[in-house]
Parts: sequence; C-alpha cells; structure tokens
Amino acid sequence: MIALPQPKTDVLDRRDAVHEGLRALLPARAVITDPSRLKPYETDGLSAYRQMPLAVVLPESTEQVAAVLRFCHQNGVRVVPRGAGTSLAGGALPLADAVVVGMMRMNRILDVNYADRYAVVQAGVTNLGITKAVEADGFFYAPDPSSQLACMIGGNIGMNSGGAHCLKYGVTANNVLGIKLVTIEGEILELGGAHLDTAGYDWMGIVIGSEGQLGIATEITVRLLRAPEGTRAMLAAFKSNEIAGRCVDAIIGSGIIPVALEFMDRPAIHACEAFAKAGYPLDAEAMLIIEVEGSVEEQDSLLGRIKEICGRFDPISLKVSQSAEESAAIWKGRKGAFGAIGRISPDYLCMDGTIPTSTLPEVLRRIGEMSEQYGLGVANIFHAGDGNLHPLIMFDANNPESMHKAEAFGADILKLCVEVGGCLTGEHGVGVEKRDLMSVQFTETELDQQRRVKTAFDAGWLLNTAKVFPLKPGTDTTPAPIPHAA
Amino acid sequence: MIAPSDEAGLVAAIEAAAAARTPLTIEGLGSKAGFARPVQTAETLSTRNLTGIPLHAPQELIVSARAGTTLAALEAKLAEAGQHLIAEPPHYAFLGAEAQTVGGIIATNLSGPRRIAWGAMRDHVMGIRAVTGRAEVIRSGGRVLKNVTGLDLCKLFTGSYGTLGVMSEVTLKVLPAPEATGTVLLAGLDAATAVKALSAALGSPFSVTGAAHLPQAAAAALGHARSITIARIEDFTDSVHYRIGRLAGIWSGFGAVEQLDTTASLALWRAVRDAAPLALRDGDAVWRVSVQPSAGPAILDMARGAGLDGYLDWGGGLVFLSGPGGETAHAAIAAATRRAGGEWWLLRAPDALRHRPDALPPEPEAMAAIRRRVAAAFDPAGILNPGRLHAA
Ligand SMILES: Cc1cc2nc3c(=O)[nH]c(=O)nc-3n(C[C@H](O)[C@H](O)[C@@H](O)COP(=O)(O)OP(=O)(O)OC[C@H]3O[C@@H](n4cnc5c(N)ncnc54)[C@H](O)[C@@H]3O)c2cc1C
Ligand SMILES: Cc1cc2nc3c(=O)[nH]c(=O)nc-3n(C[C@H](O)[C@H](O)[C@H](O)COP(=O)(O)OP(=O)(O)OC[C@H]3O[C@@H](n4cnc5c(N)ncnc54)[C@H](O)[C@@H]3O)c2cc1C
Repeated sequence: MIALPQPKTDVLDRRDAVHEGLRALLPARAVITDPSRLKPYETDGLSAYRQMPLAVVLPESTEQVAAVLRFCHQNGVRVVPRGAGTSLAGGALPLADAVVVGMMRMNRILDVNYADRYAVVQAGVTNLGITKAVEADGFFYAPDPSSQLACMIGGNIGMNSGGAHCLKYGVTANNVLGIKLVTIEGEILELGGAHLDTAGYDWMGIVIGSEGQLGIATEITVRLLRAPEGTRAMLAAFKSNEIAGRCVDAIIGSGIIPVALEFMDRPAIHACEAFAKAGYPLDAEAMLIIEVEGSVEEQDSLLGRIKEICGRFDPISLKVSQSAEESAAIWKGRKGAFGAIGRISPDYLCMDGTIPTSTLPEVLRRIGEMSEQYGLGVANIFHAGDGNLHPLIMFDANNPESMHKAEAFGADILKLCVEVGGCLTGEHGVGVEKRDLMSVQFTETELDQQRRVKTAFDAGWLLNTAKVFPLKPGTDTTPAPIPHAA
Repeated sequence: MIAPSDEAGLVAAIEAAAAARTPLTIEGLGSKAGFARPVQTAETLSTRNLTGIPLHAPQELIVSARAGTTLAALEAKLAEAGQHLIAEPPHYAFLGAEAQTVGGIIATNLSGPRRIAWGAMRDHVMGIRAVTGRAEVIRSGGRVLKNVTGLDLCKLFTGSYGTLGVMSEVTLKVLPAPEATGTVLLAGLDAATAVKALSAALGSPFSVTGAAHLPQAAAAALGHARSITIARIEDFTDSVHYRIGRLAGIWSGFGAVEQLDTTASLALWRAVRDAAPLALRDGDAVWRVSVQPSAGPAILDMARGAGLDGYLDWGGGLVFLSGPGGETAHAAIAAATRRAGGEWWLLRAPDALRHRPDALPPEPEAMAAIRRRVAAAFDPAGILNPGRLHAA
C-alpha cells in the first residue's frame, strides 16, 4: 500500500470551526459533514484506497469555489478537487484533514457557438454531456475516454484524458481553448479564451494534466468539431502479437492515420468475446480493430487499402464491416472490456503505460512471463497507434497477498514501460497509485523542478497534497516547499 | 558568442553566467530577434552548433532533433519518409533570416495555416531536454505520443522565448505528408462575408486544413485582382477530389468557385503561411492577432482605418497586420484585440515600439505574480534573456 501523509492534527482539532467557516460561505445544501453522507466520497476509481475527508463542499459558482479556496488557504486546510471520482490512479482520493471540493453541481453548458466552433461549459459537465448537447447539430467534442458517460470535463483537465480516437483528434490538452482557474489564494484567472493561440507562457498547457495541483478549473472553453460523414470499422486477427505489431507499423507507414487503431491480446479477446458475443476469433493470438471515417466511398477506399496491407501479414481473419450495425458489433467487445474482465475476476487493476510501438512484442512477452511469476492473470488492451498500453491485472482484493502481488506486478510493468523508452502513464495520471514510481522515470533534479512549479502556484502545498510527487524520505508529509532562490 | 557543440557546453556556459550573474541572450540563429523586447546583454549563447537528428521512427510518428538543427534540415529528413511537421511552421522572410532553428520555432510557438485543424507547435512537442537557468539538465515528456506523467514542462517551454532554460533537444510528433492538396477559391468577397464562407467550410464534415481571406491589397501581392477567400483540403488524391467538389457545393451560394490543383495550392498556402501577402515597406511594423474567428473582420476594418493593411488566416481568427507602426496604431490594435477577448504579438517593430514596457498584452497582477515565481523557479538569478517578454 502507498503511504498517505499524517493528517495535520491542528486542522483535525479545528474540525468544527472549519465546518462552521464553510457553512458561512456556502448555502447549507453545499456543505457535507455528516459521516453517512461523506461516505460516497471516500474513494474514487482506485477503490482499494479509502479515506473519509474532513468535509465535502459542492460549490455552485466560480465565486463560491474562490471563497472556499481562500478560506482553506487562510486556515491552512488541504483541498482535494473532485469531478466524478472515476480516476483510476487515486487522483481524487480524500485525505483525513482535507476538504473535498466536488464540482458536480457546476454542470451547466454556458454557451455554444457553431460559427466559431467552441462551447463554454462548467467543470462538472460530463464529457459525453458536451457531445450530447451538440450532436444533433452535427458537432462533437473529440476526446472520448471510455468513462465518458460519468467523467467530467474538469476531471479530464486534471488528468489530460484521452480516448480511443486520440490518434487522430488528440487528447484533452489539444482540444481545450480556455480555462477559468481558481488559485489556492482564491484568485480567478482567465487562461486562453475562444481564440487559438495565447501570448506568453502556455498556462493552459501546464494546468491541463496537473492533477489538481495548481488550481481548480471552473469553466472550460472546448473546441467543437464537425462530425465526419460516417465511420466504419474492420477487424483483423493474427497468429502472433509480433505479426499484429508489424501490421500496425505497415498501416501507419503507408500514410494512413486511422481514427482508431486498437489492439487486443489473446486473454483480452477471450474475455471480451465471452462477455459481449461480438464474434471475435478465438483462435487468434492478437486482434486489431481499425476505424476509418469519411463518405461511404472514402471508407471503402481506405478500408480496401488497409485490408490489402493486413493481407500481407497472413491474417487468421479479416472482417470489414458493411454497416453501422456491424461496426457497432466489432466495437462491442472492446468497449465492454472492463465489464468483461470484471466478470472473470473479482477485481482488476487497470494499468496505463506508454511504450514505443516497436517494442510491443517484447513488452507483451515479458508481461506474460511476469504473469506466470506472480500467478496472476493479465489481459492487454493497447491503443496501438499511439503506444498506450492497458494491461488489466486480475486479482482478489479480499486477499491481502493477492492485492499486494497485483500492485507489485503493476509496478513491474510500468518500470518495463520506462525501460523500453516509454512512460508510467499515458492518460490516467499519476495520482497516489504511481506516485512512488515517479523516480523510475525522473531524476530527483527533474522532480524538484516540477515541485518548484507547483510551489509557484501553491506555496503551502495545500492542493491535492501527497499525489503525483513522491514524499521525501524522512518526512511523513509532502516535502517542505522547495525554495526559489539558488 | 558562446556556441557549444554539446549539452555539457550549454551547462558550463550557464553555470558560469549564473555564478557571475551575467545575463545571456539565448538564440538559435537569431532569426526571431525582431520579436518581443530587445535583450541587451554582454554575452550571447547560441545553439547553432547543437545539430543533428538522433531519432526518426516514421512508424511511431516521432522525430528528435537537437535544438540548433535548422528547420530546413529537419523538414528534408522527414520528407525522405514522406512525413512533415504537423503545425506547418512559417518562415517569415520579413524578419530577414535565411534559416531558423528547431529550438527557435518551439520557443516562439509559431504555427502556420494547418493549426486550425491539427494544432499548434505546442501540441506536437512530445519531449524536451533543456538546461535551466540553474544550469541543471532536465527532461520532460519523452519519445512516445501519449504521456501524462508529471507536470508537462514541454508546454511551458513552448512559447517561453528562451527565458526558462535552453532546450538542447526536442522530440516532435510528425505525420505523413498528404498525397494531394486542393483549394477552393472565391474572389471579391468582403471580410465579413468571407468569414461566413470560411465558417461554413470549417463547420463541414470535410476536414478543412486551411481557411484564409486576403483583402484586395494582400491578394494583389500574390497577383490576384480582387480579394480571395480560400479553403484547403489535404488528403489522398481521391478524397481531395471528392471533398473539394463538396466544398464547392457548399460555397456555390457565395459566388463562382474556382478550384486549384496541388501545385497551385502548395504555392498559395506557402505564401499565406509566410505572411508573404503583406506588402512591406522599410520601417513598417508587423502584428499578429489571435481572436475568435468571427471577430477577425472587425479588427481588419479597424486597422484599415488606422492606415494598416492585413489579412486573415485560421478562418478569421489569426489577423496579420502591417504598416507604419506608431503608438496610436499600436494602441488601437491592443484595444480592439482586448475588446474581442484575444491577444496580440508585435512581430516586427521600429525601435520606438519595441521598448514599450511589455512586449505582450498586459496580465492581471495575480497572473504576473505567478509568472514571476515560475520564471524564478527555473532561472533564479534572472540570467536568461532578461526583459525579453516583460520589463519586470
Ligand atoms: C543586424 C541584423 C539584424 C537582424 N535582425 C533580424 C530580425 O529582426 N529578425 C530576424 O528574424 N532575423 C534577423 N536577423 C537574422 C538572424 O540573425 C538569423 O539569420 C536567424 O536565422 C536564426 O534564428 P532562430 O530561428 O534560431 O531563432 P532565434 O531568433 O534565435 O530565437 C527565437 C527565440 O527563441 C529563443 N530560443 C532559440 N533557441 C532556443 C532554445 N534552444 N531553447 C530555448 N529558447 C530558444 C530565443 O531566445 C529567442 O527568444 C538579423 C541579422 C542581423 C545581422
Ligand atoms: C471504466 C473506466 C474507464 C476509463 N477510461 C478512460 C479512458 O479511456 N481514457 C482516460 O484517459 N481515462 C479513463 N479513465 C480514467 C478517468 O475516467 C479519467 O481520469 C477522468 O478524466 C477522470 O474524470 P473525473 O471527473 O472522474 O475526475 P476525478 O476522478 O474526480 O478527478 C481526476 C483528477 O482531476 C482532479 N480534478 C477534478 N476536477 C478538477 C477541476 N475542476 N479542476 C482541477 N482539477 C480537478 C482531481 O483532483 C483528480 O486529481 C477511465 C476510468 C474508468 C473507471
């Protein structure tokens, strides 16, 4: 288990005063202190970790967020920003001495502008909620995490979330134009806007993916894109991971960038097929789902080229969808992957490293060896175009030894990702889960430089304390702020 | 000038400067010296000898270049594999430069017409190595396309004008260059109508990758008698054919639609990218303004009233302006931009304008305080390009 810092006893001692202070700032319905009502906030998508917070507040405006942060800053109280709490890295895990600022009541779409192709939304609007609001007019918001029904745009900003279609459309950072950010001092900053380029340092760039370390986003201006005329998927199955990997290289090498290029290994194919009955080939070692877009003729032309390329790699089966229904069937298994694994294993850890795509066969071989060594099953799902690997490690959370092994197995996989030239996390973030692995990827000098940027925004280290940055040895809390001066 | 040929040389130079508290001017080849505020220092540190392309993995859409590599050398290397830089960085001839470096392009975050569809330079910087003002080597990002590990310092460096550290190597996402390029063209529209046409094109399902309007004076610089409004498609040949046909249909209500082939399109969009439609006289100032697209025409009108010429890229959202650059013209542009909720850059200016206290739009005090703390976090002694972006 990963260590959390000792709560500040002086804050715990002032619990009632903190509650009173918050109630003075917000409507009664926006302050939660009753343990039974705090319970739903004690964990996030990394549910093995649980901690009841000091209080939860549910502000309804940017001004209320600013008032809460100003109060916490003045009183030395830690703050955990929270969207829908679907983080798989424990990014929204509470601390005993922290106020959780939940953004779900800020769930309004403030402006939609098709002429200039943007929308302004509050941080608690769900990812899918944006697309739902504009799809009847032919538009969409591009990043599409699998959790898009629940996760919120503010949480997407926190993690710089991606999805299956980011090979073509990019991740959150590439699709946000403006952020209203509240600092821990309660200042309201306007970063960017409805225009494309901003002068000076790229504040939006550093805030997106900062996991609630630099401030709380309350309003976000997102880019809207016009939906393509149509999309269609195909499925290609191969005799080995290596062959499938070479086929991916050949597709990209031919100049085609599919909108999605998903890879599943044998255990993933079997689990998903058992769950979704999608018609996946059970004799395959590896399978690709490839999606293209455009008019029907363009789809035919691209799928024809891709089919021809796949044909060079001795495929076990090639299935080009002929209709929207057939495409949906091809996707059905992949989209149900989490549910599928959930059915064959009581618990699973979803890992999230990125690797250079050329190393995929070696990485999968070594993950297979680790799986035997640890005695835990693993299924691999891979965003093949961009190298983002999701091994799903199956374990039993009620068995402490199994849990411990699963964490160690996961850590070994992430170390392997770094060893082959990749990184610890492609889209889920560091949170608490990967915090202590940061020194595998970064030198202490590099971590200190990142910590100094954090300090420039939050000198007292009150925002999402004990996430992202390893605690310094010999201290039981986040390290003292790094001084600026040389 | 100090021009080390390896990263250790950069470290040594910055270490010495930090110890002596001697400010350094940071440059690649100095091609964007006309940008921002002039830096006056005794010593210049250049990356011109830090050249080479240590990694190009075409199938992984990744290339790494040392910061002093010229853009031309990098583009040539990519072209061998049929690839290109996604953000289409410009070569502004009016800056007088023969060549520019990869580090310079990233430090100034300059993108061309394709930015409207595929993002800016900032969106494609996957990793950097840099030497900070503390003379420490740091890496951020890496050599993979998806990475959210830790704070994204790559983004801070993109657009930092050499004030946080000196990049020694950068890793970029690249894409296959298109097989064909096509353009639809409308002649004679006014700017407001043009932006409506561009909005219709950009709001279509056909993946427009360029959308510009050149008023008569700017169009004349490229040999057109009347204003031109243009939209671009880049794709496989059959797709370009199909999509250009569909765009022509969408635009038929605006007037007679002309279609340009790949050769004509490449030349035209290169000119738009490089600000070639600005007919510059000696001493003219050049501004670049970023606003939401529908606000572009009003900025252009206002500028015309102040005796300036210009044109629109990015569907109306990027305004290039040029002309005699007095305080009055500058104040008018700054005010109009602020009203539209956008931002401006002074790309080239007579000395009088360059010594203004701020080379960038003013920031609120809370932002300025964070900016000073962030800059000090990288360069506590304030030795890298002091005063380049802000007087304080
Ligand atoms: C008298 C004279 C005047 C000139 N005036 C101009 C002029 O006004 N405009 C012009 O364009 N050219 C001018 N030139 C030409 C110019 O000197 C070179 O020809 C130029 O080609 C190379 O520029 P660069 O792209 O490397 O960018 P640079 O201009 O060197 O750099 C642009 C910005 O990025 C920063 N930067 C560059 N590399 C890095 C890095 N690795 N890490 C961090 N930050 C970095 C710099 O500090 C600077 O703020 C002039 C030449 C002379 C002789
Ligand atoms: C089944 C499942 C599938 C998933 N699939 C994907 C996927 O395909 N791609 C992907 O990238 N992720 C995926 N995730 C992970 C998760 O959904 C994303 O990280 C998501 O962006 C989190 O959003 P949230 O609203 O739940 O935020 P939370 O989990 O509440 O918070 C996430 C982080 O952001 C911070 N934060 C929240 N709101 C704000 C704010 N307003 N301002 C500043 N910081 C804030 C929090 O402090 C925390 O650090 C998946 C998760 C699950 C459970």
